[in-house]
Amino acid sequence: MAAGRSAIEARGVTKLFQGAGQEAVKALDNVSVSIQENEFFTLLGPSGCGKTTLLRLIAGFDFPTEGEILLYGEDIAPLPPFQRPVNTVFQNYALFPHMTVAQNIGFGLEMLGKPKSETASRVDQMLRLVRMEELKSRKTSQISGGQQQRVALARALAPQPKVLLLDEPLSALDYKLRKDMQIELKRLQHQTGITFIFVTHDQEEALTMSDRLAVMSKGKILQVGSPHEIYDRPAERFVANFIGETNFLEGEIVAVTAGEAKVKLALGPTISTGVPEGGLPKGSVTVVVRPEHANLVKAAGRATLAGVLETVVYFGTDTHYHVRLANGSEFIVRQQNSHGGNESFKTGSKVGVTFDDGAARVLKD
Amino acid sequence: MASVREAGEATVRQDVRNRWLLSAPALSIIFLAALGPLFIMLLYSFMVKGDYGDVKFWQFSLDGWFKVILERDIFDDSVTFADAHLSVFWRSIKLSFATTILCLIFGFPTAYFIATRSERWRDVWLFLVTIPFWTNLLIRTFAVQELIRNEGIINSVLLRAGVIAAPIQMMFTDFAVMVGMVYVFLPLMVLPLYASMEKLDFRLVEAGYDLYAGRFQVLRRVIVPLVRPGIIAGSILVFIPALGAYVTPRLLGGGKSMMLGTLIELQFGQGRDWPLGSALSITLMAIVMVALLVYVRGVSASGSRHG
Repeated sequence: MAAGRSAIEARGVTKLFQGAGQEAVKALDNVSVSIQENEFFTLLGPSGCGKTTLLRLIAGFDFPTEGEILLYGEDIAPLPPFQRPVNTVFQNYALFPHMTVAQNIGFGLEMLGKPKSETASRVDQMLRLVRMEELKSRKTSQISGGQQQRVALARALAPQPKVLLLDEPLSALDYKLRKDMQIELKRLQHQTGITFIFVTHDQEEALTMSDRLAVMSKGKILQVGSPHEIYDRPAERFVANFIGETNFLEGEIVAVTAGEAKVKLALGPTISTGVPEGGLPKGSVTVVVRPEHANLVKAAGRATLAGVLETVVYFGTDTHYHVRLANGSEFIVRQQNSHGGNESFKTGSKVGVTFDDGAARVLKD
Repeated sequence: MASVREAGEATVRQDVRNRWLLSAPALSIIFLAALGPLFIMLLYSFMVKGDYGDVKFWQFSLDGWFKVILERDIFDDSVTFADAHLSVFWRSIKLSFATTILCLIFGFPTAYFIATRSERWRDVWLFLVTIPFWTNLLIRTFAVQELIRNEGIINSVLLRAGVIAAPIQMMFTDFAVMVGMVYVFLPLMVLPLYASMEKLDFRLVEAGYDLYAGRFQVLRRVIVPLVRPGIIAGSILVFIPALGAYVTPRLLGGGKSMMLGTLIELQFGQGRDWPLGSALSITLMAIVMVALLVYVRGVSASGSRHG
């Protein structure tokens, strides 16, 4: 990612919510992150991880207990939402039910005191952008979920915000529509050149759409990087587990060279592994291997791991092999199906597993 | 096929019959207790008044209706407007309208406050709002009297503090009637407003703020249009009983600040003019209906203007 100007920067942001009981709930714990201009940035994590809280702090619906939020270098944390050049697409769209599609889209411009003619032409422009021209005088209750989604987008984009916040905007749509809207969102971001901050719990959505993403858990940001970096080089167990399928192996570090570590696995063999940024843990470590970075071989070969093939699941494009290792744990190998069929493995037979170069990585925790 | 359709029609007929059976008790109460007396009133308004109250049956006369707004001079038989009655009509409409507006002004923030509390506290606040209903209206009105009469709490405190030299005359004024009515009718405004606001999706309020609307704009452009049903219901619930209020204007307004309720009561009591009382009652009903019609029309028209 080119180091552009930072559009939004959170510095040491902590947010406490006074819960029903005596103790406060820490929704965000000393979070710092910098989001670049024109970037499609995703906050990814399970529900309750603090991603929506961070978004609401940027929007101004809540105020941080500690820390500051900078918009192009200016602290906006104390400003009310109507003084921030930031707009939000709400999870359930929150369209005004008493207004038409066009009135919804024009609302922000009207509140900014733009002249009527400018508002009208901008509304038409937005309607074209989201391809909703023919529905402009409909009430928002008379249009479908996907159309409401487009209106919500147009409404938030119309005042030309510096940053657009999207709070799980696709979660209410069915699968097909969601796929279409993902592409639509990327197109809109490209066309408008506005910084998008997108919140989701759907890892696939995060990987396919983002320029960069931050994986969050329990009020903290665990890792920030491009989808490629996050997927191939997860730094922590949570990240590896949350995104995609992963195999975990226990072992001990025996030697460290530049950017590599030799790990003696508990199962016997010693393998070379990639190391996480920012230091290695000492002693026993966890090594991760993605299922598609491993290969299944006949047991006789020079396999890294040995086990018994337990289940074969056919997925069309690929096949998943579940291998029971000597210590009883399961290891999954995913192999692409080639034309004419792969080498066939019988369930119950002894098999070996090999790793691609650089497939194995040591985790921080 | 035919038998299936017949069976279906039989079910529908059964449903219709059941519906009538179920609503029969309510319908009979409405007919007997509401429409019946109304019909009697209508009849009485066209009769000749009896000498000691009551009416002279089957002696038709338009006198009752004539006297609603007109009066005949006892010396020269010239017909003039009955100023006394007209001023009572005007005061009733004016005070009821002012009461409705004041209830809205006080009730709206109250309802908003309650609707934005946590669920547990909402119940507590709603409970507090309904507490006045536990006490008899008469006693509550006497309590207001105790506050505002010349020897009442407000005047004696102000006198003792030296703020005023003589007690402020509040009793038997329009002001007293209005204060009493606002106090009595406020819960009737708060409750329907709250019911509307509770259903209000506060994400829409956030969306308003997000789209650069300040607090007043969010109120005007988002909240008020969305709680309009509550505003309509509350205004109707306050305006109609205020127009016909009897106890409050009687005790706080007396003969000086008389409203329609007292005027009507007077005809059936000391006035011994039942036809006039009946005609006044029906006139009151007509005013209510016209006001309702105008109000609902106006509100829905302004509603569609906003989109």
